Amino acid sequence: MSWSRRSATPASTSPAKARAARGALAALLVAFAAGAPAQWQPLAKDGIHDPASPALEVLQEPREALSRLPPDNAGNRVDWMRALEEGAIAPRSTLYRDTEVRTLDTDILLNLKGGTPLVRFPHRSHTQWLDCSSCHEQLFKSQAGANRLSMLAILQGEQCGVCHGAVAFPLTECRRCHNTPRPAAVRY
Amino acid sequence: MWQLAPALFIAAAALPLPAGAEYADVVINRRAEREGVRPVVFPHWFHRVRYQCRVCHHELGFKMRAGANDVLMADIIDGKFCGMCHNNDIAWGPERCELCHSGKPGLKSRIYGGHETLGPGRW
Repeated sequence: MSWSRRSATPASTSPAKARAARGALAALLVAFAAGAPAQWQPLAKDGIHDPASPALEVLQEPREALSRLPPDNAGNRVDWMRALEEGAIAPRSTLYRDTEVRTLDTDILLNLKGGTPLVRFPHRSHTQWLDCSSCHEQLFKSQAGANRLSMLAILQGEQCGVCHGAVAFPLTECRRCHNTPRPAAVRY
Repeated sequence: MWQLAPALFIAAAALPLPAGAEYADVVINRRAEREGVRPVVFPHWFHRVRYQCRVCHHELGFKMRAGANDVLMADIIDGKFCGMCHNNDIAWGPERCELCHSGKPGLKSRIYGGHETLGPGRW
């Protein structure tokens, strides 16, 4: 091929050529970034389903289900809490008749000593999806103040990061958790 | 440097574009391909429209860590894990292999779908 023969010739790197190469490389990177996933790709093009699989004739397409739900700008591009509260979805809470559905409506203020805004953690929205045992006691102790939370751990998939960043809104949405202004009068 | 440009171009063209999987899609290929079937694709989005997290992660006993659940087909046929619903009553039964085993050959087990952090995808 011509390019391989050309590359065999002695190197001559003029500044203009180097600039052109850098430009081409930058254009390549931009093109690559532009190839980032669009939302609600057809299953046949999502990169994980085998386009040859007979399942594709049966499985629901994400766009069909998700485009009807309240929109969001992260994750599945669905505001799952709004979808639940507005009745756009009504996901079943139990399979067995005798399973207790436990909910709690208590907010916990976290990050009391940090520099970023306080975290007001709502038990209510979490227990509309999850059971107490999903988090307690293995991820978080039930006693307020007893948990050492760390963004480093969360970013590594521990603590809140078990779900946030995987199935719940991602960790790029800082202000959704760090949602409560720190009163100027607070002294430590 | 410029001699490298064509090689870089070809390398970039050969790279697969980032997968467009849906946020929180899980690929499970612990044994599937070794056993001669496609990897499993589990879409969280499809299931959470219909079931709260607690159904699978509390009642059915799925741990909330990708890779922490070692589920065998025998368990599913026995009505455990996926088999609680995939039983031809609530959803298709375990004999419809290809509906779950629909993943691209060669995929690694992990969470896909452009999660912005690497943590939960840790296997």
